Amino acid sequence: MSFAFTEDQVLIRESAENFLGDASRSDAVRAAMETTLGYDESLWQRLAGELGWCATAIAEEYDGLGLGPVELVLIQEQAGRRLLCAPFFSTVCMAATAVQQLGGHVAQARFLPQIAAGELRMSLPMLGTSAQWDAAAAAVHAHPQGDDWVLDGGVALLPDAAGADWFLVCATLSAGGRGLFAVPAAAAGVKLTSRQTWDATRQFADVQLSGVHDAVRIDTADSLADGLPRCAALMRLYLAAEQLGAAQQCLDLTVEYAGGRKQFGRVIAGFQAVKHRCAEMMVKIEALRSAVYGAAALAVSEDGDSAALAMECAAIKALASDTFYSCAQEAIQLHGGVGFTWEYDPQLYFKRAQASSHWFGSADALRGAVADRLLG
Amino acid sequence: MRLDPTPEDEAFREEIASWMRKHLSGRFAELKHRGGPGDEEAFPELRKEWERELAAGDWTCVGWPEAHGGRALSIEQQVIFHEEYARAGGPGRMGHIGEGLIGPALIKFGTAEQKQRFLPEIVAGREFWAQGYSEPNAGSDLANVQTRCWQEADGSWRVQGQKIWTSLAHESDWVFVLARCEPGSKGNKGLAFLLLPLDQPGIEIRPIRQMSGGSEFNEVFFDGAVAQAEHIVGEPGDGWKVAMGLLEVERGVSTLGQQMHFAYELDLIIAAAKRNGRASDPAIRTRIADAWTGLRVMRYNALRMLAPSENGAELGLKREALIYKYYWSNWHRDLGKLAMDVLGAEGDIVTDDPAIRPLQQMFFFSRADTIYAGTNEIQLNLIAERGLGMPREPRPAN
Repeated sequence: MSFAFTEDQVLIRESAENFLGDASRSDAVRAAMETTLGYDESLWQRLAGELGWCATAIAEEYDGLGLGPVELVLIQEQAGRRLLCAPFFSTVCMAATAVQQLGGHVAQARFLPQIAAGELRMSLPMLGTSAQWDAAAAAVHAHPQGDDWVLDGGVALLPDAAGADWFLVCATLSAGGRGLFAVPAAAAGVKLTSRQTWDATRQFADVQLSGVHDAVRIDTADSLADGLPRCAALMRLYLAAEQLGAAQQCLDLTVEYAGGRKQFGRVIAGFQAVKHRCAEMMVKIEALRSAVYGAAALAVSEDGDSAALAMECAAIKALASDTFYSCAQEAIQLHGGVGFTWEYDPQLYFKRAQASSHWFGSADALRGAVADRLLG
Repeated sequence: MRLDPTPEDEAFREEIASWMRKHLSGRFAELKHRGGPGDEEAFPELRKEWERELAAGDWTCVGWPEAHGGRALSIEQQVIFHEEYARAGGPGRMGHIGEGLIGPALIKFGTAEQKQRFLPEIVAGREFWAQGYSEPNAGSDLANVQTRCWQEADGSWRVQGQKIWTSLAHESDWVFVLARCEPGSKGNKGLAFLLLPLDQPGIEIRPIRQMSGGSEFNEVFFDGAVAQAEHIVGEPGDGWKVAMGLLEVERGVSTLGQQMHFAYELDLIIAAAKRNGRASDPAIRTRIADAWTGLRVMRYNALRMLAPSENGAELGLKREALIYKYYWSNWHRDLGKLAMDVLGAEGDIVTDDPAIRPLQQMFFFSRADTIYAGTNEIQLNLIAERGLGMPREPRPAN
């Protein structure tokens, strides 16, 4: 048992920290927010191509690096810290995870090498509770036609949908049960409607499917039901890591600001009322960091109990949502008047904090799931 | 970064678990889950015998070097020992001040004679120690020691003054004391670190009755109490260095055992909630889920704390170490409130029911958790100053 990172893991973190510290500064994020795509294509090409981040957690047999949740968590932490605008979360943290955990071998061989190479962007909705999965599946119907599947229905709130090549859609089968389908964004009958969001650092669109023929079913037999606990756990873990990094940045921005802002003849960082609130932010952040790293280590441990991992990651996502929101609102408060302006960055984090608190289930719903496991 | 245990770890875990099953039975069975903060007055004599039982199995001072009677266990093995000890319901350790504080301090700062005189008695569970730091006017401001000491012509030391919040002084044989040896000195300068037998005419012990009714703390009055010439640790004037070094050697390994006890307390709460139907109250369910999450946080935080640091930072400066005391003490205080809210009106009825009494004691005693060993307010100062580099609180010049 060891809780220390390996040298390679430290290198991955430092490389992500250095790259994003330069490429995803506030001005770059603000510029990306204004685009239709929602991100800078050249930045995506660099991290997907040159840096090879997309291959991180994909198995070597599918041309990935064969690393895992620990490494991806370290990248995600830095991505969150810089509010990285890129389809990295949707494609790598969500879609690749879904294909790996829920898909059959054929689908994995078809999609994972392309994702690993940074050549394919894929999006799916950020579903949380099983009720949300049920509702999503109920909104799309799939019926077989020869060797094809034909899909009809609507999918709400797909992240980074504007630039996606494929969508992953959960649908109700005409014969009963449900299946997971990959739908090409360019297929006939696919209509995209972008949804303007207050948090413009991650953009969403709804997709309408009308008699779409080119869908590929990716699950096999029971792979959807069997894989869902671990799939949901990993997605929540990667999001929690992002929220952790963002919360850390809220604290860093605040400490820096308070160290320069003078009132009553001294820096406000010297006032205990300010110090103690920053310290409380640090307590929450370090607690979350321990939990995120621990869950990542659990995810790669050999005991492989996906129910235990699911419970832990549900709890950690709830903790991450609360921590991030709390730190973002403290950042605004402790910045004073300028914290309320568009010009200063706390508002960007505050908006992401609120938006992300509902991705993959609200904190209340997730705590409810944890309580169900503890109390029946 | 791995959580998987090695086969050796597993075997070691089983060795301790089976030893505990075999020995924490018979006349010792009533000690299960007893003792420790908030319950220190439970079965003191039997718990001292239990220390000797542990010693006979070589399970005291497991992290000490072999040369001093320990087992030189690795950090990982110590974690396993503390976890299995607590999981089995091992009682609060009467010897923990000796084993965890003064023993390691003597190993680091003591003379050969001091080591020879005191360490074997601690290892054997024959002598028990109390800590004499806090004073009525030296609480958070620990360096404001007023207790004086001076050396007599025969070389022996005399101590005059008062210590407070001395846990288990009435059950201990020796006390280590921080006293001012240089008249007129201030703050952390001019202090001596002395070892005194408690059973002597110059020492009077008065129990302090706590809000929970018990009296596990004391005031200790020193009126010309004697410490032998050879029972000063370090040089006169070095007392602060020894005292602080002693806090540093407390590696935090035992926190994993403390967490096992916390988990046991949460289990009691869950059982109570299921018994009285509050397990179906959504607000209570949410709070229980939060408490469980906190346990996971603390476990991973402790493991992070114990891992070698990447940049060689001292343990006390690692971010996860800085926040730990504030985190666990506030979590535990909240757990006490949760316990009482689960018990409802029954929680206010004084009872000896073993399913309820420990929760009531925990509720009251946990109010002290955020006060002793650095209050919440002191902890937040430390976190802001050491962890975030924010300006230090103004301190009067020495």
